[in-house]
Amino acid sequence: MNHGAPNEVERAIIEAHRRDWAVVLAAAAFTTRDLDVAEECVQDAYAAAVVAWARDGVPNNPGAWLTTTAKRRAVDVIRREVSFRSKMPLLVEPEENAGDEDVRGELINTESEDIVTDERLRLIFMCCHPALSREAQMALTLRLVCGMSTEDIARLFLVSETTMAARITRAKQKIATARIPLRVPVDVEMPERLRAVLGVIYLLFTMGHTATSGSSLMRPELVDEALHLAGVLQELMPDEREVRGLLALMLVTDARRATRLGVDGSSLRLDEQDRSQWDTVAIAQADELVQAGLRAGRPGRYILQAAIALVHAKSPSFDETDWTEIVCLYDVLLVAWPSPIVSLNRAVAVSMVEGPAVALALVEELEADPRLADYHYLPAFKADLLRKLGRVEESLNESKRAIGLTRNEAEREFLGAQMREDVAPEV
Amino acid sequence: MAEYAILLYAPTDDPEEEYGGDAGAEHEQHSKDLQRDGVMIGAFALEPHTMSTSIRGDVITDGPFLETKEVILGLCIIEAPDLDAALKIAGTNPICHQGGGVEVRPVQDWVIPTRDGHVH
Repeated sequence: MNHGAPNEVERAIIEAHRRDWAVVLAAAAFTTRDLDVAEECVQDAYAAAVVAWARDGVPNNPGAWLTTTAKRRAVDVIRREVSFRSKMPLLVEPEENAGDEDVRGELINTESEDIVTDERLRLIFMCCHPALSREAQMALTLRLVCGMSTEDIARLFLVSETTMAARITRAKQKIATARIPLRVPVDVEMPERLRAVLGVIYLLFTMGHTATSGSSLMRPELVDEALHLAGVLQELMPDEREVRGLLALMLVTDARRATRLGVDGSSLRLDEQDRSQWDTVAIAQADELVQAGLRAGRPGRYILQAAIALVHAKSPSFDETDWTEIVCLYDVLLVAWPSPIVSLNRAVAVSMVEGPAVALALVEELEADPRLADYHYLPAFKADLLRKLGRVEESLNESKRAIGLTRNEAEREFLGAQMREDVAPEV
Repeated sequence: MAEYAILLYAPTDDPEEEYGGDAGAEHEQHSKDLQRDGVMIGAFALEPHTMSTSIRGDVITDGPFLETKEVILGLCIIEAPDLDAALKIAGTNPICHQGGGVEVRPVQDWVIPTRDGHVH
């Protein structure tokens, strides 16, 4: 092996951080049974890699090198602790339960080690456990699975670093105290738990993606991390159709990333976007995932949402959009996922097929739903319909209402994403 | 193993309805099931919430501590290896399909003093 050139080592470290962080951390956590200690061991291992790889060259399997190093550190920590505990009786009265493996604060592994499960899966399911708040799930996933620094997470969530650090610490404490296990859920739990994981990934994506109120709120890192997580999940759970659906939905949505903002930074409507700039490779990839998903039988919500987005993505121009097909897909989606937000989006498609008057009747029905009371797209869409019907005054009032509901930024925007999530678990 | 408290909440604050109908029999059966499975450490059914007295700071008032529509009915302490196992047991509590629900909370410490006054 040659000495590692500085650039090569740096690249290898960055690559290993992105690809292997979660695996290395989960392996260390398995050994230490303590998340904080495990994190320290992993940080030590990456620090050691900077020195060792520059000296000895980049190993053939950087992930394995890091895992071995982190685990070795973890074993050292445990040995020190055991040796400290064995000296304890000399220092203090022995506790009644000393030596009991049941030490509070440890991580729980209820899965026998001989079942081959990717370490990352355990970690993802632990971070997205429904006993943790949505905020905590997102922060922990970024911290532990993606290896993002607390400082960066705080910046992305538009809160102070202290607030974010406290949020992460609280979540880790709950994992330890309530004994949230580090394992992949069993079959009966799987649908609900997987929904939570997909919800977290999609919320990270929409938070990065919906940020259209100005350049300071653009958060492409979140989009990238969400795509990365979905890719990992798809690789680890190839038989889960909704994973495929989510990945497809994010790919097709993100294919328009370059065209969503105008030169002045304002967001562009679908009919204003330059379709020649859309990422055709991503669209084709999404299409393949969706076709496979649709062939496999009763489609879930992500596959269907992706299918709807694909009708837009594959249409040569806005005027040629097949709105009838979109209405049909929304009808199926409403069965798989009865949600007022889906109904509202369906009304948009209906307005393109049957005109504004029919759509307005649907919107007025939806206005009665308290879950949409603060949803600014409703008055915004209603204003558009009223304008088309020549009811200018009413239209203006609705526009004002929409602006009133959206004027907030920063944390409020996060709450908006959260609200959408509450109203309709994965939009 | 860890201990978890399962707090039972009734969907009503009407004392007449707190233990309505056949609900009681179901709870007795559930209690027997948990004892048979060896997961129950102890359980307490409480008198209706109208029998409660609360102390906030040094002010004594009639009624439950929290003024909500739901009231606490009782609690059960169980032993489980992790939260998933505890949630699974808690989810079988009859109150969950009697319109109420449960809160699962890890037990930090507990003591059952002997009646002869010996201090542990």
